[in-house]
Amino acid sequence: MSVLILAEHDGQHIKQSTRQAVTAAAAWQQPLHLLVVGADVSAVAAQAAAIAGVAKVIRVEAPHLAHLLAEDVAAALQQLAGDYKVIVAAHSTLGKGVLPRVAALLDVGMVSDVVEIQAPATYVRPIYAGNVLATVQSSDAVQVVSVRATSFEAATDGASAEVTSAAAPAAFGKVRWVSEQRNLSDRPELATANVVISGGRSLGEQFNALLEPVAHKLNAAIGATRACVDAGFAPNDLQVGQTGTVVAPELYIAVGISGAMQHLAGIKDSKVIVAINHDPDAPIFKHADYGLVADLFKALPELNAALS
Amino acid sequence: MKIMVAVKHVVDYNIVPRVKQDGSDVEISGVKMGINPFDEIAVEEALRLKEKGIATEIVAVSIGAENSKDTLRHALAMGVDRAVLVQVEGKLQPLGVAKLLKAVAGREQPDLILLGKQAIDDDAGQAGQMLAALLGVGQGLFASEIKVNGNEIEVNREVDGGTETVALQLPAIVTADLRLNEPRFIKLPNMMMAKKKPIDVIAGTELGVDFASHLSLLNVAEPAPRKPGVMVNSVAELVEKLRIEKVLA
Ligand SMILES: Cc1cc2nc3c(=O)[nH]c(=O)nc-3n(C[C@H](O)[C@H](O)[C@H](O)COP(=O)(O)OP(=O)(O)OC[C@H]3O[C@@H](n4cnc5c(N)ncnc54)[C@H](O)[C@@H]3O)c2cc1C
Ligand SMILES: Nc1ncnc2c1ncn2[C@@H]1O[C@H](COP(=O)(O)O)[C@@H](O)[C@H]1O
Repeated sequence: MSVLILAEHDGQHIKQSTRQAVTAAAAWQQPLHLLVVGADVSAVAAQAAAIAGVAKVIRVEAPHLAHLLAEDVAAALQQLAGDYKVIVAAHSTLGKGVLPRVAALLDVGMVSDVVEIQAPATYVRPIYAGNVLATVQSSDAVQVVSVRATSFEAATDGASAEVTSAAAPAAFGKVRWVSEQRNLSDRPELATANVVISGGRSLGEQFNALLEPVAHKLNAAIGATRACVDAGFAPNDLQVGQTGTVVAPELYIAVGISGAMQHLAGIKDSKVIVAINHDPDAPIFKHADYGLVADLFKALPELNAALS
Repeated sequence: MKIMVAVKHVVDYNIVPRVKQDGSDVEISGVKMGINPFDEIAVEEALRLKEKGIATEIVAVSIGAENSKDTLRHALAMGVDRAVLVQVEGKLQPLGVAKLLKAVAGREQPDLILLGKQAIDDDAGQAGQMLAALLGVGQGLFASEIKVNGNEIEVNREVDGGTETVALQLPAIVTADLRLNEPRFIKLPNMMMAKKKPIDVIAGTELGVDFASHLSLLNVAEPAPRKPGVMVNSVAELVEKLRIEKVLA
């Protein structure tokens, strides 16, 4: 029995999280099939077929799949599910929307945000904002699993899998895509960046002005706390934490961040954590490898200068 | 328009839960509990729709043990019209929750069902999507703004890389994200009044669905602690340390 992986892409490129899901799915030691859904996915399917470990790519294309509504993607997965005992996707916006829906359609449970696959139906996943790691075992006939991408290495190229097509199910019809607002940035993607520098609400209106030059020099992605996003200083997709993006960079720099457990939940897997805060008692220091007690309005320009 | 809101009774978000000595589960006896924060936001949104004259009735539903009544009373004190407890002992998976919620929806016939985007204890983020699948309706996940236009609800949702707007035919499922609103404070008299309001109790077994969990918890553990960090005295020293760590060029 093969494993079916839902590929994630932007219409042009396969996303890094798909490569990470491929590595996770290798744990089943079964052939890996990648499902690519979209309006025109020929370029993406070709990239998918090159990922080492992939045995087959299945294209499902239709004009109504241009925006990947979860209802439609779930229907495409459901139609193929009969041939699989395991369905995997990254725990991203797409995976979070689609996999629970597929699981319910198949009348099986789902295991979310898996960080380790110990055995074919035994998983480790964080609960309580990452304060606890639970090892769970599922007895469902079909395993539906979303994986935390940053917990797995990205599979590199090295295959030339066959590419097949399957017909798209009819459009769900009860949901209409209206619009999207992409926060365009030339910074690396937050979830996969090697370096992340995040700011809290204390950066205020100067959030970008203070972080951008340093981020540029470090080739870093920029992140933010929820408090900072709520205050309108940073866009929502920069939120790092339990309910935002989980990051796992080599270097994470937290500037003016108190260290609430919901924020820490998103940064625990960083290799080196640096905290800059003017309050020596800020909880973030207990979780940092390097701490600097300093006023961020002085420290950030200094850091920028030191990196020149 | 009638709204149903699903509210879960969970360990308070400020509490760092401890693992039992034998590693069998998280210790929650005697720990402060309350309404799941995302569900409180969902309740608040329902109340705002009622205050705008769009919603006519709001029913809060919780699934769990007797103590879930505390969370239902919280919803009543905020202003929901009715509260239903589906009494179930033991652990549930989101699929079981979704099946029970579907059964309650069958009785209540809501036009809109609001849930939180995730329960902060299991951090699953599944029940809303599963309920939508079981009911065959659309799902507006991670809502940061909603607008009801006749038979449609427009949902602005938080997605990777930005936001997206979708329009769903009613009935539909919407799950609340943090920025949807800021829940009101409950005034003491409302809390007192809520204590006197009735809560309908339905036994889970009465609803004719199989909600058994297919997931067993083998063990729980606290993540390995980080090695203690060092404090540096200046930006220059910090940069030097990071270069030694080889995380800075
Ligand atoms: C259900 C739920 C989910 C949540 N999910 C998330 C999440 O995913 N991500 C997240 O981040 N939060 C989340 N939160 C919010 C979280 O609890 C905290 O409120 C938030 O992380 C705090 O953000 P902050 O550190 O910017 O602000 P604060 O806690 O206000 O801290 C500000 C810090 O800045 C420091 N500071 C101020 N001025 C200066 C200066 N001049 N120089 C140096 N330091 C300075 C202060 O000492 C303080 O430590 C969630 C909350 C709930 C209830
Ligand atoms: N036991 C429960 N009772 C009522 N609502 C629940 C329950 N469990 C989950 N929910 C709802 O489903 C949402 C998502 O939960 P979960 O899938 O467990 O993360 C929560 O925010 C609640 O709105």
